[in-house]
Amino acid sequence: MQLLMFYILGFGAVLSALLLVTSKKPVNAAMSLIATMFCLAGLYVLLDAHLVAVLQILVYAGAVMVLFLFVIMLLNIQEKEGRLAGSTIALQFVSILGVGMVFVIAASLVKVRGALPTGGELFPFGTTKAVGSMLFTEYLLPFEIASMLLLAAIVGAVILAKRRISDAKP
Amino acid sequence: MLTWSLGFLILMVKLGAVLLFLLLAAAYLVWLERKFLARLQVRYGPNRAGKYGLLQPIADMIKMLTKEDTIPEGADRVIFLLAPAVVTVTALLMFAVIPFGGDLSFLGKRIPMVIADLNIGLLFVFALSSLGVYGIALGGWASNSKYSLLGGIRGAAQMISYELSLGLSLVPVVMLAGSFSLVDIVRAQEAYPFILVQPLAFVIFVISAMAESKRIPFDLPEAENELGAGYHTEYSGIRFGLFFLGEYVNMQVLGALVAVLFLGGWSGPFLSGPAWFCIKILVVALVMIWIRGTLPRLRYDQLMALGWKVLIPLALVNIVVTGAVILI
Amino acid sequence: MSEYVPVLIMLVLAAATAVGMLVATSKIGPRKVFADKMEPFECGESPIVSPKLRFSVKFYLVALFFVVFDMEAVFVYPWAVLFRDLGMFGFVEMMIFLAILAVGLLYVWRRGALEWD
Repeated sequence: MQLLMFYILGFGAVLSALLLVTSKKPVNAAMSLIATMFCLAGLYVLLDAHLVAVLQILVYAGAVMVLFLFVIMLLNIQEKEGRLAGSTIALQFVSILGVGMVFVIAASLVKVRGALPTGGELFPFGTTKAVGSMLFTEYLLPFEIASMLLLAAIVGAVILAKRRISDAKP
Repeated sequence: MLTWSLGFLILMVKLGAVLLFLLLAAAYLVWLERKFLARLQVRYGPNRAGKYGLLQPIADMIKMLTKEDTIPEGADRVIFLLAPAVVTVTALLMFAVIPFGGDLSFLGKRIPMVIADLNIGLLFVFALSSLGVYGIALGGWASNSKYSLLGGIRGAAQMISYELSLGLSLVPVVMLAGSFSLVDIVRAQEAYPFILVQPLAFVIFVISAMAESKRIPFDLPEAENELGAGYHTEYSGIRFGLFFLGEYVNMQVLGALVAVLFLGGWSGPFLSGPAWFCIKILVVALVMIWIRGTLPRLRYDQLMALGWKVLIPLALVNIVVTGAVILI
Repeated sequence: MSEYVPVLIMLVLAAATAVGMLVATSKIGPRKVFADKMEPFECGESPIVSPKLRFSVKFYLVALFFVVFDMEAVFVYPWAVLFRDLGMFGFVEMMIFLAILAVGLLYVWRRGALEWD
């Protein structure tokens, strides 16, 4: 049952990711990305990482993708055929990166295969309490630095859009 | 095998009962709203179909099912079809984590009166309510109409703004209960309902939730005198019906959440758990209809200012004060 | 993981309800297509300008702020659950976190990015 769910969700994630890359319309690409996020959330649930699963949906599907959708809706990009095939150098670069990535993942899998936890060893590491108590004690510094990062993002957003805002005023 | 199939049977009965109840109650909530609103405005409201117009929801349902479903020219067909379903499905699914009664014992088995008691229950509700934005934004966008697009974008911006105050206003409640599980939150209110200790959180939550469900003081996405009908201008038949259904299921979810988080959930004297739960939902719904009959619509700048400059800072202050009070 | 099975079944049932209604209406309803009817609504006029117009950047800005503050809220949620266990130490660290972001909100406010005029 668990294995079947894993294959369904994994296949769904890969398929929707492929659709994301190949679809011509920006909205359809965004929809595929949301589907990918859902499949990933499902995989997290299978791993008993409940908090990460729900945050995956809350943050990626619920916030980041809404921002993407806003950009698509606000700009109303008219789809043009063949724009993707424009730069062959970029394409070659991306494919080299992709092949390299596959090798890195394969190599690391071979290396850690013995160290992976098997079914019986799972402990409640994915609950809110477990994740939270790690985050707020052991990883305290990264947590506080995250707030600085978010502050930088706020300031950046205001600076980027500020010229437009003062233009809009009569 | 036997216990497994018994468990499955119980689950299906619960699911069927909850879904049927939600759909029926949504239909009659529409009737209640029309009737009560009419009374507030010194009108009769629906009174032709059946006694007191009680058959009106059924007549409406038949009408919507037998109408032609038009798709405007130039619309994105798939997304246009999908958007209303997103609104309804996310609203219905939120009820999966809401407990509607205490445990029941049946054949020596303990049956919890909740479909799934997830330990991240409240976050599950937040996640689904943030997905509701897609139905509005995509429905407006896919219609290829100016009014729909304007309504969709307004609606999306409004919903994401109020989602923040909605989430932050509930942090003190979670701090008091120490859990996201809605069952645990109800259990934590055995001594006193949280509305007594968290009145500010209650007010922020209700205002944000009403903005989130786009009801009248906050109905700018469908402001009929500017935008036709906003994001669902181009929808006809049952597709419009699904938007409508989603809205009224949302109203019940809101009532249920207010009951679970602030009014002590299913607990109450004399009556059984589910009965108290329904009464509490009904009271919240009636207050919302009353508010609709009383308040005029906000301007868009007032809407944004209320969300970002009043509710979010207030929710943050409430978190700090609650934390300080609990610790000292 | 087993507690998510009911949610999955409910998702299937809810989706089936919605799709069933959509299919039923397409089977039952009449279908008469002609050009004028299929035009998007515009108070009886034929559409003059394409609805694909560009919008004010302010909507985009709201979405950006939402993403940032939503991330903040995501950090606050698990803290709220653990609040009693963490005690004073946890309270102080969250106050620092919130203070930094309150500065951000104040900055946005003072720069007038929240004004809608």
